[in-house]
Parts: sequence; C-alpha cells; structure tokens
Amino acid sequence: MRLSRKIEECFFKVLMILSTCFILLILAIIIYSIFEKGIRSMSWEMVTRIPEGGYYYGKGGGILNAILGSLTLAFGATILAFFLGLPVALYINVFLIRHKKLVGLIRFLLDLIWGIPSIVYGAFGFSLMVFFGLQTSLLAGILTVSLFILPIMIRSMDEILRTVPIGLQEAAYALGSNKSETAFRIFTRQSVSGIITAVLLSFGRAIGDAASVLFTAGYTDNLPNSLLEPVATLPLSIFFQLSSPVPEVQARAYASALVLTLIILLVSLFSRGVGKRYHKTKINF
Amino acid sequence: MIISLLVVAFLPFLLFLGLYLKSFLLIHDYSIIDLIFSKVWRPSRGQFGFYPFIVGSVWVTILAMLISAPVCLLTAIYVTQYTRKWFLRIMHPAIDILAGIPSVVYGLWGILVIVPFISEYLGPWFGVKTMGYSIIAAAFVLAIMIIPFILNILIEIFRAIPTELKEAALSLGATPWQTIKHVLVRKALPGIIAALGFGLARAFGETMAVLMVVGNVVKLPKSVFDPGYTLPALIANNYGEVLSIPKYDSALMFAALLLLAVSLFFNLIMHFFIVKYNKF
Amino acid sequence: MDDLMKIQIRGLNVFAGKNHILKDVAVDIPKNKITVIMGPSGCGKTTLLKCLNRLTDLYPELKVSGQIMIDDNNILDAREDIYKLRQQMGLLSQRPYPLPMTIYNNIAYALKLRGIKKRREINKLTVHYLQQAGLWDEIRTRLREPASRLSIGQQQRLCLARGLAVNPEIILADEPTSALDPISSQVIEETFLKLKHDYTIVLVTHILRQAKRLADHVVFMYLGDVIEQGNVSAVFDDPKMEKTKQYLKGTFN
Repeated sequence: MRLSRKIEECFFKVLMILSTCFILLILAIIIYSIFEKGIRSMSWEMVTRIPEGGYYYGKGGGILNAILGSLTLAFGATILAFFLGLPVALYINVFLIRHKKLVGLIRFLLDLIWGIPSIVYGAFGFSLMVFFGLQTSLLAGILTVSLFILPIMIRSMDEILRTVPIGLQEAAYALGSNKSETAFRIFTRQSVSGIITAVLLSFGRAIGDAASVLFTAGYTDNLPNSLLEPVATLPLSIFFQLSSPVPEVQARAYASALVLTLIILLVSLFSRGVGKRYHKTKINF
Repeated sequence: MIISLLVVAFLPFLLFLGLYLKSFLLIHDYSIIDLIFSKVWRPSRGQFGFYPFIVGSVWVTILAMLISAPVCLLTAIYVTQYTRKWFLRIMHPAIDILAGIPSVVYGLWGILVIVPFISEYLGPWFGVKTMGYSIIAAAFVLAIMIIPFILNILIEIFRAIPTELKEAALSLGATPWQTIKHVLVRKALPGIIAALGFGLARAFGETMAVLMVVGNVVKLPKSVFDPGYTLPALIANNYGEVLSIPKYDSALMFAALLLLAVSLFFNLIMHFFIVKYNKF
Repeated sequence: MDDLMKIQIRGLNVFAGKNHILKDVAVDIPKNKITVIMGPSGCGKTTLLKCLNRLTDLYPELKVSGQIMIDDNNILDAREDIYKLRQQMGLLSQRPYPLPMTIYNNIAYALKLRGIKKRREINKLTVHYLQQAGLWDEIRTRLREPASRLSIGQQQRLCLARGLAVNPEIILADEPTSALDPISSQVIEETFLKLKHDYTIVLVTHILRQAKRLADHVVFMYLGDVIEQGNVSAVFDDPKMEKTKQYLKGTFN
C-alpha cells in the first residue's frame, strides 16, 4: 500500500517534469529551426529591396514591400483599435463600475468576440467589400484587423484598469473633478504601463495574423503608398514564397519568417521593458 | 464612448447577420442538414457537401486536444505546486514567446520539422506510408499552438487556489500527490474544463498553420496519417476563385458561419459552466 | 508547573531569507490542557504553529532549525514520517477551508487517509466526529450536499470534525474564531473545553478575553521572541515582564 503510493507519486512527478521539459524543448526547437534556416538565406538585399521581375522564380529583390506593408497595416489597425477601445475600457471602469451585472455581460461579450477565429473576420470583411464593391486595399485590411484585435485591446486594458482601486476614484471626486476628467487623468496615469503593454500585445497579434488579411489586404510587389491600394504583408509573403516550387524562393520564406519572428520578439521584449520602467511612477497600495 | 461600446457589443450579432445574409443563397437552395452531411464537394456542378471538411476539422481538433490537454495539465500542476517561484518567472516569458509566434511561422516550422518527421519516422514506425502532410501533422502543430493559451489559463487557476486548502489536506496526512489528485484538481475542475473548452474553440478556428500541413485533400480521412481538409483551410484556399463559380462565395461564407457558430457555442457553454460550478 | 509535557520546543529558529521570524524559541506545552499562544500580529504565532506539523516544508524559503520534541521524538528530524506526524494533529485555520467534496466525504476522506476502509465503520465514525464537533444535529439530513453550502460557522465546525477524524492527540488552532459570528465562536470555544480532557490543544489567538476564558497555560510572544510563559493565572494576574504588562493593559501599539 505505502509502496504503491510512493510509485504513483514518483510516476506522476516524472510525467510532470517530462511535460514541462517537452514544452521548453519544443520552444527551443522552434526558435532554433527558424533562426538556423532563416539566417542562412538572410541577406541585406532581402530587407532593403522590393521584389524585382521574376522574383518568384528566384530572381533578385527582397521583401521590403511586405515588411513595410505589415508595419503600416499593423500600426493603422492598432491605432484605430486603440481609439475605439480605450474609451470602451474606461467607460466600463468609470461609469458602469457600480452596475456589476452589466459590466459582467459586457466582459462576457468581449470574451466571446475574442474567441472568434480570425478567418471569420476575414470572410466577413471580404463579404462587406464585395457588398460595397471595394477592391482589396490597405484600408480594408486595417479595418478588418482592427476589428479582430479590438476585443484583445479592450479586455487587456480592462484587466489593467480594473486593478485601479475605487478609493483613488473617490479621492479624485473629493477634489472636485468630474467623471470624464477622472477617467482620463487618474486612470490613464495610473495604468500607463499596462495600457502600453495592451497596445503592444495587440500590435503583435495584428502583425502576425494572416487569415484576416488574406481576403482583405490583397498582395502587391509595390510599397504601400495609398490607403485604397492593395498592400503586401509578411505572413502572406511567407505563405506565397513557401508555396513556390523553386528552392531559392522557399529559402526566402525562411528568411521572411525570421524577420517576422524577430519583429514579434522585439515587440514583446519592448513591452516587458516598458512594464518594468513605468512601474516606478505608479503609486503602490 | 457609448457608440464604441455599442459597436463592440453588437459585433458578434453583426458578424452573424452578415455571414448569414451572404450564405443565404446557399441555405435557401439546400437544406442545412444536407450541406453538413453530404460528402460530395464539386462546386462547379453545384454540389456542396461540407462533411469531409467538418470531419477533418473535428479530427484535427480532437487529436490536438488529446496531445495538449495532458501536457498542459501536468505542466501547470508542476510549475504551481512543485517548483520554486523563480521557475515560474522563467516559464512565463517562455509561454509568452510561444503564444506570440504567428501561425504562419508555426506552419513553416511544421513543414520543416513535423512533416518530415512523420513521413520518415513516425509513419514507417507504425508501418504506414505517408507524405507527412496529414491529419496528425496538423494536430501536432495545432497542439503546440494552443499549449500556451491553455497553459496560461490553467496556471492562473491553480495559483488562485488558496494555500490553506492545500495545508488543510496535508494536515490530514495526505501526500502531495493525493492532495493534488483529490483536492486541488477537484477544486479546479470547472476551471480546467473551461480552459480546455476555450482551447478547443480556438483550435477549431485556426487557419494558416493547419492549412500548411494538413494536405488539403477533399476526402474522408481513413487514418490519422491521411491528408485531410479543414473548414478554415477551405475558406482560405478558395477565396480567389469565388467569383468564377456561382454560389461558391455563399458556400465559403457558410463555412465561416459554421466556424462562428461553433466558436460562439463553445465559448458560451464554457462561460455558463464556469458561472454555474464555481460555487463548489 | 509539574504538568506532563506533551510538546517541548528548544532552540527553534526560523529564517525567511534574512528575516528572523522565530528567535531561539523555547516553549513547553502541557498534555491535555489548552495552551494559548498570544501576541500582536506578526509576532510569529502562526509560524510556530506551522512548525508543529511541518507545514513549513511547503515554503522552501523558510529555514527551520532547532528541536521540537513530541513524546520524545524530534519531529524536525528528516527521518520522521511527516504523514504519520501530521495525523497526530488536527489543524483548524483562520478561515474554514472545507475540501471541495460533500459534507460526508470531508470526514470520510480523513478517515480513509487514516486507513479505515470498511464502509460501516466509516459511517459510524463520521457521525461520531460530527457529533463531537457539535454539528451533527444541524446537518444530519444534508450529508450529501457540497460542504461549501454550509454557513461559515458550520464550515469551521466541519473542519474541526475533519481534524478530529484523523484521530489526533493534538489540536492546532490558528485564530479559529476570527472569521466567525459570536454564536459559532461560542460553540467552538465550548467544544474546545470539552475536548481538552482527551486532546492537547494549542490555540493561537489575539483576543485577550478568549485567551483568559480558555487557557490553562499561556505563551506570550513579541516579534519572534517568547517574552513570557506560564500558568494562566500567573501570566494574567501577575505578569513579570514589562512588555506583557503593556500588552495585557492594551497600551501596546
């Protein structure tokens, strides 16, 4: 009896250690294979030039179109989602805070929306475009992606704002400020770092997603120069280059994947840094 | 503020309505039951059977859950109950990185590592000849993708259990594993089920990574080593041709509608589940 | 002071990093009496209690050294079977933490851990311990309900019954009434007075009146030091140390 209990204890402990190692190992393998394959086909030309004629058969050029396209699109979508999302997050936490049920319902709805797959947004955006007779364009991409990251943005800002104690709100009212003032001054100042983290998180999501821009942003070999023209994105450029039968072009997909991964790692590193730096100005309770 | 809030609040209904209207053409002509259970997919002849795609999606999702659920559960228990705090400080960024890697990159990694592994080692080991592009490859890549998502929730759930409950069980003379098995897991059970449910909904809708490794063959898979096709992959692969074939766009929108319905359904169920059972 | 000593603590030191939580503590706890450990919050009362059933093992950052003799065994000895050891003691914490099971299973689980397998015996003992904790009459028809549906006071008595079900010799109670309403508190206190004939009870509290009502033996701690200990009348009526006097008068900050 005692022995079997000990064996069970040991058995599960070993299993637990194995699965933890499994996850760390997989992460290491992913990072290693992306870097190893990517660096080999990486060149200065890749990141500074746009595709030249015959690029997709192995001729010269780079993916600057996709890098700049992705950045523009992700910036646009993040900014749009931010200006739509911040008021919502503030509204929930300042005006509705006493209506527990309503706030619960809104959070629940947001979580529902968060769970919707990005391809559904893509399809929806596409059907709207067809309905209005629009072409694939940077604008359509920005709109679709901003819808897709909106719940992420609101919910992560909401989680931060939630932690601002009610006492602080009341202290501000006691000093004579009205609700909107309180909202924008106190709340934003108290949670700058959290909000920046939320924005960066959404930016990372926006730049990495392919399924929602597949229908809406289109693809082009040119640099983005107008809101109404199609724009190239990194995830799609990886996807297209990878579908090519030419080995050199496939190798470029690896390099593109490295670029995309690096951008996302940088963003996440940056958001950690911001979180640490702004922590000092925050009042501790 | 109120306008933004309304936009957000009505977004799911808007999405549903939009997709429903677009797929109306198809639903109008065929019965939904026929669409879902018919096996023949020949858009050019007006035959739209979604069964192979649904089966493919279900296979891939369930297999992915079977791989990731035990791994996540064991890891979450290990890092919250057995290790010191510094280990969690290492795990958190690792999980964040895994969560941040875009799905195309996962797909690329699947092609580079998993597909050859399956065609050269795993397939022959089971005595199967396979290309590597298969249900199992997609399930594996998908499992890795949803691990950070599920794991994050599970860690939060296990950390939220008060230490005193653990102390109460230990003070009765229970071993650490007995405490976990009989008390902590039971306490966390609603949360665990919900975390897995959310993961499942997420896995069902994943597009690019699956599309890149699943093989994209419209056929009912006979084994996990066969190639398959999933609903999201169907939409993503064919958007370019929709305008050339009548009702094709409606068919794709119907697929999107199905995905939306599944996602909303699972998230709803799990939400109510948490609310109901959190009181234990 | 010639009582039979159940627990003898000598030279007990606990560090959390550089924090010295218990400083060279020496305490005697007499058998089948209620020993009250009192002192302002943060004085190390709870830590002392956790040392007694080695729950300190859960916190790797705590360094424990010294001697705790229970019936001539040093329980801090690494070779000691901590599961057997913990079954020698029932624990009652500040707030009740019923296990996430039915009321019946809360007790039955403790009995099973003790090694009792026969269903009939489990049923019999469950009733017995619930009666002992003064809970049986209130819940006899609700045994299959989740324990979380009980009121806080009932939950605490359920936890007491659960603690008794491991058949302990010692009961450790960490401010067991601090979350309870006055009536439940009273029931717990009365139960303690009944139980002390069969059990050695160690009670941590910061309620002076409660200490006075229940204690046979008193230990007063301050910032990790044991300032004074002894018979209840000796400490309360004629404290020797300045700090104890201040604390008892309530002029302590």
